[in-house]
Amino acid sequence: MRHEASPRPVEPRALHFGDEASRQDAAHLGMWIFLATEVLLFSVLFTAYALYRLTYPGVFQQAPAHMDVFLGTLNTFVLVVSSILVALAVDAIRNGRDFAAAALLALSVLLGIAFLFIKAAEYTKHVHDGALPGAWYAYEAFALPGANLYFTLYWVMTGVHAVHVLVGVGVLVTLALRTLAGEFGARFHTPVELGGMYWHLVDVVWLFLWPLLYLT
Amino acid sequence: MAPSHAEPTVAGPSYLDAERGLWSWLTTRDHKRIGVMFLAVLLLMFLLGGIFALALRVELLTPGETVMGRLAYNRAFTVHGVVMVWLFLIPSIPTAFGNFLLPLMIGARDVAFPRLNLASFYLYVLGAVMTLWGVFQGGVDTGWTFYTPYSTVTGRDVMPVLLGVFVVGFSTILTGINFITTVHTLRAPGVTWMKVPLFVWAIYGTSIIQVLATPVLGMVLMLVALERVAGAGLFDSSRGGDPLLFQHLFWFYSHPAVYIMVLPGMGVISEAVCAFSRKRPFSYRVIVWSTVGISFVGFLTWGHHMFVSGQSTFGAGAFSLLSMLVAIFTAMKIFTWLGTMYRGSLWVSTPFTYVLGFIFLLFFGGMSGVAVAVTSADLHWHDTYFVVAHFHFIMVGASLMAFLAALHYWFPKMCGRMYPEGMGIGTAVLIIFGFIATFLPQFLLGNLGMPRRYADYPEAFQPLHVASTAGASLLGFGFLIVAIYLGWSLRHGRAAGRNPWGSEGYEWLSDSPPPEFNFHAPPRFPRPPHDYANPGANTEVEHAA
Repeated sequence: MRHEASPRPVEPRALHFGDEASRQDAAHLGMWIFLATEVLLFSVLFTAYALYRLTYPGVFQQAPAHMDVFLGTLNTFVLVVSSILVALAVDAIRNGRDFAAAALLALSVLLGIAFLFIKAAEYTKHVHDGALPGAWYAYEAFALPGANLYFTLYWVMTGVHAVHVLVGVGVLVTLALRTLAGEFGARFHTPVELGGMYWHLVDVVWLFLWPLLYLT
Repeated sequence: MAPSHAEPTVAGPSYLDAERGLWSWLTTRDHKRIGVMFLAVLLLMFLLGGIFALALRVELLTPGETVMGRLAYNRAFTVHGVVMVWLFLIPSIPTAFGNFLLPLMIGARDVAFPRLNLASFYLYVLGAVMTLWGVFQGGVDTGWTFYTPYSTVTGRDVMPVLLGVFVVGFSTILTGINFITTVHTLRAPGVTWMKVPLFVWAIYGTSIIQVLATPVLGMVLMLVALERVAGAGLFDSSRGGDPLLFQHLFWFYSHPAVYIMVLPGMGVISEAVCAFSRKRPFSYRVIVWSTVGISFVGFLTWGHHMFVSGQSTFGAGAFSLLSMLVAIFTAMKIFTWLGTMYRGSLWVSTPFTYVLGFIFLLFFGGMSGVAVAVTSADLHWHDTYFVVAHFHFIMVGASLMAFLAALHYWFPKMCGRMYPEGMGIGTAVLIIFGFIATFLPQFLLGNLGMPRRYADYPEAFQPLHVASTAGASLLGFGFLIVAIYLGWSLRHGRAAGRNPWGSEGYEWLSDSPPPEFNFHAPPRFPRPPHDYANPGANTEVEHAA
């Protein structure tokens, strides 16, 4: 409640928005468009996946046997829970419970870091097997033609996704600290909402990667 | 809560004088200043790309080696293509004129995200520096398209260029997000969607293409980089990959990118035709829907770059038909512009001369586009000068003429001074004829079988090559004159006054040059733009106050 009384200083250039509500509308629209660009970014990798799955159907059907399905599924669980926590954090800040919001954001940060550690454990195992991308592929247990492409795609898709998780963790840490510092409250919390949207997108992308790479 | 426009309409300082000093420019969030800074850098890029174009034409003056060896020639056309496409044409009209005019044209104080706008400028500069450094220190010889497998095996260092173009792409995306959000959220009361100026519609359609296509390019460039550092294999048939996948993904961006280059130009023409014919657009709706149509269909035509690359016959046929749809939308625009001029009160000014050049050259560029969209004909013309001539008619004949039209039409808006009109018209005619002399022979050369990207040719082709080089020299001379008289006019041109053209476009309702926050009072737009039947109906001043 204490933050509602403190109107934010607005620079004169931003006065073109009639009121704070239309400012927030603009920020949301901008974020939605940015998320669309992220979808298009990943669409390239999904296209390549589709092409090589059609070219080497046998390889892509056998590949999940060489993946750690347990760790992949655990990571799915970790990301979905962290996404729920971020959604709860947004709900908390909307209702003026800033401390709860900061705590929920911090928890989802921990889960994001856990995701990265689990992913690193998987990567270590692949490196040990020789299941490396591109020219370094040397996995003798899975030496069919096209298997190297499966693992190249696996590394690129999960790698680009992991970079997004890393960025997302940074965003959520910043948001949690700023929430603790009292910058956001029931009246103004647009950055928390935008950061949450980004984190949900990272989650949704993983929900496509998980079945494509581990289950089918 | 209305913005604080309470001060009376005394002519305060313009955006040029609101703050002084280089630092105030480098840290500005004013969309007009950012537009001007973009314009300055873009003109430098155009100069650089133009110098290399002339170098290429000099080399092609005689068969055999004229002034440079074959590797040097490959590097020179790479510099020309990379600079002109990535660093000049794609950002040109949206970042310079879009930035300057879009908020003015919808009655806003600025774009939706002013800080992001400045970030976009610096990203562009950073990307441009990386690209240029990469091209020159690496001696890149791949052409501007970075086709695999050559780009992944060439001994030249392609990486900095790939990264540089990737960063420029980021700048493009940020600008696109900014413009779309601005048009959605910041239109002044009264500016409904069907009253938005046609230039804004064109920039809006362009922004949608930029936002949806550029991420694809970014990822493709990263995959090529990965191919180079890690032998990823996705585009390498020796590892089971498919080089054609690169072409599909690359052109999924780069064909829509052609419309990133030409749609804003069409928007400029739509504005200038109305202003210099003193008429409302013949059909506002046709222009709007053809803009939206081109933005959409532009995404479905990329396969026409791969007619000879091993595409399925059905795929080629489908892409052929879809490509022709673009010509229908373009023709709708051309007829609308001609209909606007018909029985208008034509004022043959410099911008209008470029408008005429634009329409004439776009017509030939577009018709030759339909010709190469026919698969059987394309087998003959593919990778020849015919294609080179075709896309130069669109990119130079159309986009660049529109850029020059915009530069002259809005020159008084930007700096408050006029350029010498007679000299402007004369130079415009020189440039248009120089252009035709450069590229008409290239159609003929291509039809005779002259392949693109060759430094050498049989002696029988020499007369046409000489004609082309002569035309290019005329073009270069014309640009030089434009640079001289516009540079002179910046300081010594006569004062333009608020609206030297008597235009009823919304952007002319504010001062020229405009004040820092664009309008002294909230603008009122009861009538559509270019409503010459009701002059003065739209006004800046809130009289009730």
